[in-house]
Amino acid sequence: MTGAEVANALFVATIVTYAGAMFAYAVEYAFDKRAPKGAKRLAAVGAAGDTDDADLIPAENAPISPAAARGAGRLGLVLTFLGTAALATSIVTRVVYTGRWPWGNMFEYTVGVALASMVTWLILVSRGTVPRRLGLFATFAATMVLGTSVRVYTEAGPLVPALDSYWIIIHVTAAIVASGILLIGCVFAILHLVKRRYDRQVSDGRPIRFPLNIAERLPDATALERLTFKIHVFAFPLLTFGIFAGSVWAHFAWGRYWNWDPKEVWAFIAWVVYAAYLHARVSGRSAKANAPWIAILGYAVMLFNLTAVNLVFGGLHSYAGV
Amino acid sequence: MTATLTPPPRSKPKAAKRFRAFARRWWHQLTAMRTALLLLLALALAAIPGSTFPQRAISAVDVSNYYDQHPDLAPWLDRVWAFDVYTSPWFSAIYLLLMISLIGCILPRLGVHWKALRAKVPDAPKRMSILPYHRTLAVEANQSMARAVLKQRRWRTTVREAEDGTVTIAAEKGQLRETGNLLFHTSIIFMLVGVGAGSLMSWYGNRILSEDKAYCNNLQQYDEYGLGAWVDETSLPQFCLTLNDFDAQFTNGGPTAYDADVSWEATGGDGAVEEGDYALEVNHPLNIDGTNVFLIGHGYTAVVTYTDRYGQTQTLHQEFLAMDASMNSEGAFKFPDVNVNPDTGAVDEDAEVGFDAILVPTYEDGGMLLGTDPELNNPVLALTAYTGDLGLADGQPESVYAINEAQIASGNLEQVNDQVEVIGVGDAMTLPDGSQLTFDGVEQYAVLQVRHDPGGPVVLAGAILLLGGLLPALAVRRRRFWIRWNPDGTVETAGLNRNDYDGLDEECDELTAAIAPGHEPPQASETDDSIGSQQ
Ligand code: HEM
Repeated sequence: MTGAEVANALFVATIVTYAGAMFAYAVEYAFDKRAPKGAKRLAAVGAAGDTDDADLIPAENAPISPAAARGAGRLGLVLTFLGTAALATSIVTRVVYTGRWPWGNMFEYTVGVALASMVTWLILVSRGTVPRRLGLFATFAATMVLGTSVRVYTEAGPLVPALDSYWIIIHVTAAIVASGILLIGCVFAILHLVKRRYDRQVSDGRPIRFPLNIAERLPDATALERLTFKIHVFAFPLLTFGIFAGSVWAHFAWGRYWNWDPKEVWAFIAWVVYAAYLHARVSGRSAKANAPWIAILGYAVMLFNLTAVNLVFGGLHSYAGV
Repeated sequence: MTATLTPPPRSKPKAAKRFRAFARRWWHQLTAMRTALLLLLALALAAIPGSTFPQRAISAVDVSNYYDQHPDLAPWLDRVWAFDVYTSPWFSAIYLLLMISLIGCILPRLGVHWKALRAKVPDAPKRMSILPYHRTLAVEANQSMARAVLKQRRWRTTVREAEDGTVTIAAEKGQLRETGNLLFHTSIIFMLVGVGAGSLMSWYGNRILSEDKAYCNNLQQYDEYGLGAWVDETSLPQFCLTLNDFDAQFTNGGPTAYDADVSWEATGGDGAVEEGDYALEVNHPLNIDGTNVFLIGHGYTAVVTYTDRYGQTQTLHQEFLAMDASMNSEGAFKFPDVNVNPDTGAVDEDAEVGFDAILVPTYEDGGMLLGTDPELNNPVLALTAYTGDLGLADGQPESVYAINEAQIASGNLEQVNDQVEVIGVGDAMTLPDGSQLTFDGVEQYAVLQVRHDPGGPVVLAGAILLLGGLLPALAVRRRRFWIRWNPDGTVETAGLNRNDYDGLDEECDELTAAIAPGHEPPQASETDDSIGSQQ
């Protein structure tokens, strides 16, 4: 097997492993009936380990016992670690094979975003900031990203001269890490909105149907909102730095630090939208209530910048090769 | 706002007053956070058309192509500045409003912050137990030790002694957050000033330069250029550049390195001459006294010799423009002053000759015309010849990369060969009148961009300040901590978050333990938990 084949095999293994993890988390999510526990866990800083809680709600007629469900959750976490390790190894193998930094085209960029998001996730779980079973949504998001990346697969090859610079390490790494963290932030923004809707339905006494009933097992809406905010606060300076580094690089490579190239336009838009999110959160009640939507809009812009701008608009960035 | 029932006094000039009230109301509106939020979103929205329509400032050619493709729509779009989005009145209006809003926001906050930095730390409320963190200590706490601990941890403190013997130390930390925030917002203005000044004082020029050719820095010598409003074109720095050699390296059909070996000679304002050699590469510009020379592209130059029907020869070095990543390139050879009878000297206007050509760097015999390898492994020219009037004399500017289509359409130029003729290096295409075009070889050219932007360093400094302000603005947490020695001998501590963050209890417990070493941080009790980190 060549290095490229090894990298590709590991890549496929990652997707399979994440899919398995997703299934395992789904089992835990559905059958570990300790409903209100999540909120408390989020607030309390503690290990993510499982304690047998007194307020465990016995699930009648459940095909899987809560203990078994938690076993599935543990398996899911192990699989998430394994999948992430496989993904990292796949990227390292590419580096060894090509002898260059692995952010040379859209495929590699997307894979990097998936890795960054899952590393972020695992750090959050390990620190006990988020309950393990929410890994269902994180692995889902990462698997979607990886699935998308297959559509823009590019053979590992050498880089065009403009990319031959140490700025690729600085600029693209910052952009990838920021995108990965923001992906997790976006997941939390969505979960918050779902939970908020669920809470409103409950307090209005309206019936709750699929898929909204999934929200029953989500942590407290306020806690989700604060977590969304913290993740964005962490990622925003990184995003800012990534754009800054890109601009410095543009000076050296293209002779202009800012040229309103489509990629630059959309990075600017994403930055402004995220700044608006941070402001919305301190601009009064109704603005704060809309803030999660702005965060989601921000990620939509990021995704648009990654996909449509590369594939449709062209411009100086599109030599990144699809 | 309090409503008042007294009618306003009527004697004063009403209009001025009303205007002032009006202005004040708008000023408040404009500097409200919510307005900033809406303006930010509007700015994001307004930036979009700049990526969907070609922009004049980036590529005037793309704009004129757009005009050709959408002759009906383009003038209308132009009327709403769709091709100049980032200098359009509506885009400028949004960002100017945002700037005013920003300044209106920063100035008062600067004053408030300046005062807060020097003011005493506010005292705790009488009943400290209403604060989110509160403990009553079971052990002694030494006052000077408490002060030392707080000082060592860089808390700003104020000590108050009341007449009844109560002593309170009020401590505060995290002022850097607001400092960073103000720095961040101020640096945005700073950067904008840099961008604005840059656009007035900068100039650039693009130049295609073939190997062994030289040019000097004046506007006539550039293929394309732009001058800021405050730039005097006669005072551009004096220097000349020679491209000695150009080398493009390819691996598996993709370019991996471009090297342009250039020499330069500059004459300073004092007449002193400097010179040097430089290995110009992508990402490694040459700096001549504050003016940067960038390598931004490359291409092939075809060398051909035309031998006319009287045996006279002319050699042409013609740059070609790449059409794709494989460097299949297009260009034209134009010979307006050939086929002059050497005996009579009579110029035959209809005996001009031109060729539309495609240069294929690696041609595969029997395959498609266009190649897939950008390297010069088997270069060929695919030629279509025309005779007649090239239309160069009419003074209209026209592309040097193509034969004038209008001349063909009007019948002034006649196409000679129906099928393109493909010739390799050393081969010749023979026209019916016996004249010949010989393909002598291929050279390379570099595309250089010369740019001087004095605003750049200002923007860079602004961006660094922006980042430097952003980190504390987001990461630093403002919080207060109080210790109170009551006359009855009890000691209380309390803490308050001024930002939304976790970990207040942990930090305060830890502080309390440091101040009163015998104090056992209690197990998180019910009430603590319910307040918890939810602020
Ligand atoms: C180009 C326009 C602007 C950008 C890109 C921008 C960006 C930011 C960012 C990134 C933050 C940090 C978020 C935070 O501290 O929570 C921030 C905070 C803040 N901005 Fe702006 N801002 C802009 C305009 C304005 C304007 C016009 C105002 C006033 C009307 C304003 C008022 C504030 C305030 C009060 C904060 C502090 C929020 C806090 O303490 O959490 N900003 N801004």
